[in-house]
This record gives sequence, structure tokens and C-alpha cells, in this order.
Amino acid sequence: MTDPWSQYSEKVMEHFKNPRNVGEMENPDGTGRVGNPVCGDIMELYIKVNDGIIVDAKFRTFGCGAAIATSSMVTEIVKGKSIEEALKISNRAVAEALGGLPAVKMHCSVLAEDALKSAIEDYLNNSPFPL
Amino acid sequence: MRRIYLDHAATTPTRPEVVKAMLPFFADAFGNPSSIHSYGQEAKGAIEEARTKVAELIGARNEEIIFASGGTEADNYALKGVAFANERKGNHIITTSIEHHAVLEACKSLEKRGFRITYLPVDKYGLVDPDGVRKAITDKTILISVIHASNEVGTIEPVEGIGEIAREAGVCFHSDAVQTMGHIPVNVDKLKVDLLSISAHKLYGPKGVGALYVRKGTKLVPLMHGGQQEKRHRAGTENVPAIVGLGKAAELARQEMGREAERLTHLRDKLIKGLGEKIDHIRLNGHPTRRLPNNVNASVDFVEGESMLLSLDLEGICASTGSACSSASLEPSHVLLALGLSPEQAHGSLRLTLGRENTEEDVEQVLEVLPGIVARLRAMSPLSKPQK
Repeated sequence: MTDPWSQYSEKVMEHFKNPRNVGEMENPDGTGRVGNPVCGDIMELYIKVNDGIIVDAKFRTFGCGAAIATSSMVTEIVKGKSIEEALKISNRAVAEALGGLPAVKMHCSVLAEDALKSAIEDYLNNSPFPL
Repeated sequence: MRRIYLDHAATTPTRPEVVKAMLPFFADAFGNPSSIHSYGQEAKGAIEEARTKVAELIGARNEEIIFASGGTEADNYALKGVAFANERKGNHIITTSIEHHAVLEACKSLEKRGFRITYLPVDKYGLVDPDGVRKAITDKTILISVIHASNEVGTIEPVEGIGEIAREAGVCFHSDAVQTMGHIPVNVDKLKVDLLSISAHKLYGPKGVGALYVRKGTKLVPLMHGGQQEKRHRAGTENVPAIVGLGKAAELARQEMGREAERLTHLRDKLIKGLGEKIDHIRLNGHPTRRLPNNVNASVDFVEGESMLLSLDLEGICASTGSACSSASLEPSHVLLALGLSPEQAHGSLRLTLGRENTEEDVEQVLEVLPGIVARLRAMSPLSKPQK
């Protein structure tokens, strides 16, 4: 959609309409759940790790268009990255990859970063020899 | 793509008849109503004619209508005007937890200046209990302000009964009738209000104009100081074209309101019934029958409102939500929370407000499209239980 009146970039709308990696993951190596119902965003992010590399990522999100798009984008970015690399993914990088977010929606990108970090933390806590 | 506008509580399109009535007052009859010459008197005449039309619609006297820039100014003037005029009498104001922000924020600003505000709760339908108003009155109470009908959930408040209580207690009574005037009968004597807020753009008039009904004898301290316009209630050269537009919109509403309300009620109930049948885990917000003819407000479990709006917009359907995600604040609608909804339910709310251009086909289109949108978003949501 090239809608000049939309508050969102084309890329955000594209990820909102066709989100990548949606759904629950069976036996994830790490799960992160962030956000809270009061602010209206809840993100659940699952990762699969093989030899220190994130080989798969999926998400489920209750939230606005930006929340869905940032969830989708962060799962795309993180796939194929090492744990160290993944920990360096910032909310800005997610927002930039989406062609930017409206100022009031930047918190959604923070949520995406937090969800990823929380999934990685969960993975690290559960593996005896994580790296 | 055909667009379906279902956000008439936000604003309505200005009717062509209204635009036509306004046009001469920009370039031809452009006079300043305060001028003595013929240009001035022409403009003054037009304003007085508009005043009559507004007064007729609500059963008021001409001189009791004060034109203003809209509902927000009318609310602010009512609240602050009465508060500052009665500072020596008392400092207590009673209002409700479901008022429009124009009333709530005016109250908050008064609180900072030493006024005490009671925010009355509502029941699960959004109704204020008149007895609660009675009990809240003290010898310091100078004003009661209760919205006529909620702009969010459409519940029509028992304003008449509250007006009676206010009058018995000798307390000034204000009601924000922005959502009701021109849509359902509003009569200032029947409602026993002393002040009533009106906005033009909610009844197919232009934006930037409204009015405050001020019952004769009600004391107010003006917000604007300057010239003698509006009997010194509101200084500043009048927005003549807009005022003419409000007058025309009021005139048309008076003629057509009854039939239109009936038509919209039918469409509203068809929409409510259809949503209930086609979507599970959905609840109607607001009162089932004591509600505005054009208002449908529902909470859809496990789904956030803005993502529903975006999806509907992609299908050409324009709606609204009480979810915070659509606003700069992250708090969900204060009205939905006051009705007892959980934050999740408030975030999952969808408001569809019908209007003159809407048809049966529009309602059918929503019922056709929305269930699929909800199913898609629920499949993404971590709140929904896996479908078995």
C-alpha cells in the first residue's frame, strides 16, 4: 500500500499485512514474554539455537500495527545471528529496518528488543554450556 | 475502493446545504457584525438568525445561546466560568468519571487552583446514579456537570433526574450535549440544565464552531476579554460563516432528526446483532437500549484495537478504538475502564458510529469483513487460547 495518509511506512504496513514467523514454536530453546496489558502490547518471542546460532525465531503478539510489525522484523533480523550478535540488535535497528516508526510508536521497537533479549536470557539460563 | 465512514462520533461531513448557506459570508456578506453599516448589519442579522435556529432546536431563548469555537470551549467556559464566578460561595464540583476530556481536563486545572472535584463512578453500562449525585452534594457544591450521552460508549445518562436534584439543591447544572444535540431530542427545560455544550461538526455542520446554552441568571466569568460580542460572554469578532453553518445544521437536524434516529437505530441494532452472531468472545460496551442511535462499541477479546482499525482501514472501513495504542498516552480509554473493563478488553475495543450516508450495505460489509480480521489477529495473539 502506498498510502500517503498512513501514519506508518510502507514497510511497516507490509509486515503488518504479511507478518513473518508468526505462531508458537514447539520446544523452543528460549522464550521471552514482555509488555503488559495496561499499555496494550504483549509480545512473546521464541528462539531455536544451534551451536550458538539462532536458527529459527517465531512470535505471537497482542498489540497495535507497530507492535506486530516490529515483532515480525526482529524475528527476521535475528535468524542466522550468533547469540553475541543478537544481543547487539537495538530497537533503533529494528525501527530503521522498517523504514522508521512514528515517535509515539518507538516503544514498540523497544518491546521487540526486550522480547528478544528476554528469549536469549531464557536460553542462557536453561543451557549448561550456552556459548 | 469504496470507503465506508463509521466514525461519526469523531466528526461528520459538512452537509452541502450547510456549505451553501455559509458561502456568501466569506467574500460577499463579509461584514463585521459589530459594524454599524449595512455590511455589518447583514452579518449581524445572519448571526441572529442562526441563534434562533439553535435556540429552537433545544427549546431555549435566543439570548441564552452563546456562540463559541466548539464543544471544548463550551465545556471549558461552563466549568471555569461557573467556578470563578462562585469562588466565594464554594469550591466543590461534581462530575463523572466518563466525561469528555474537555470537562475532565478543565476539572483537573480547577483542582490545581484549589477546587475540589468529585468524580462519580458509573455502573457497568456507563450509567451515573442520580442518587449518587444527590449524596455527593455539600453546602460547598457550586456546579454539577454530567455528559448527556457518552461519546465513546453511547450511553444516554439520566440527565433529567440529575437536573431535578440539582435544582432542588440550588446547584448550577451543566451537561455536555455534543453527542446528542441534533440526534435525539434535547430540551433545556425538560433536562433542567442551566448550561449545555453544543458542537456543530457532530451534526453535519462545520468544525471550529459551537455554542454554550446559558440559562438566564446563570453567572459566568468570561474566558475571553475584549469587545462586547456575545453579550460580553465571549469577546472576539464572530466567526460568521461558521455560525451560519451551525444554524443551518440545527435547522436541518430539527426537521429530520426523528426519522433519521429511527433509521440509525435499526442499522445499529442490525450491526450489534450481527457482530454477536459472527464473532465469539465479543461484548457490547455501554447500555443495550439507553444508547445513542448511531453508536456501536464492542470489545473483542484477545485482539488489540489499533490493529483492528488498521485492518479495517485496508478494507476501506473507517472506525475508532478506545485503545491507547492509537494515542500518545499509553492508557486505554478512561470511559471503558470506568465501566469495569479490564485493560485488555479496553484495548480490544472498537467503536463504529453510523451517520447519514451509511446504508444497510455498509453494515453488511462490516459484518462480512470483520470476522476474518479478528480471526487473523487472534491467530497472532498470545492471549488467545489455541483453537481446538
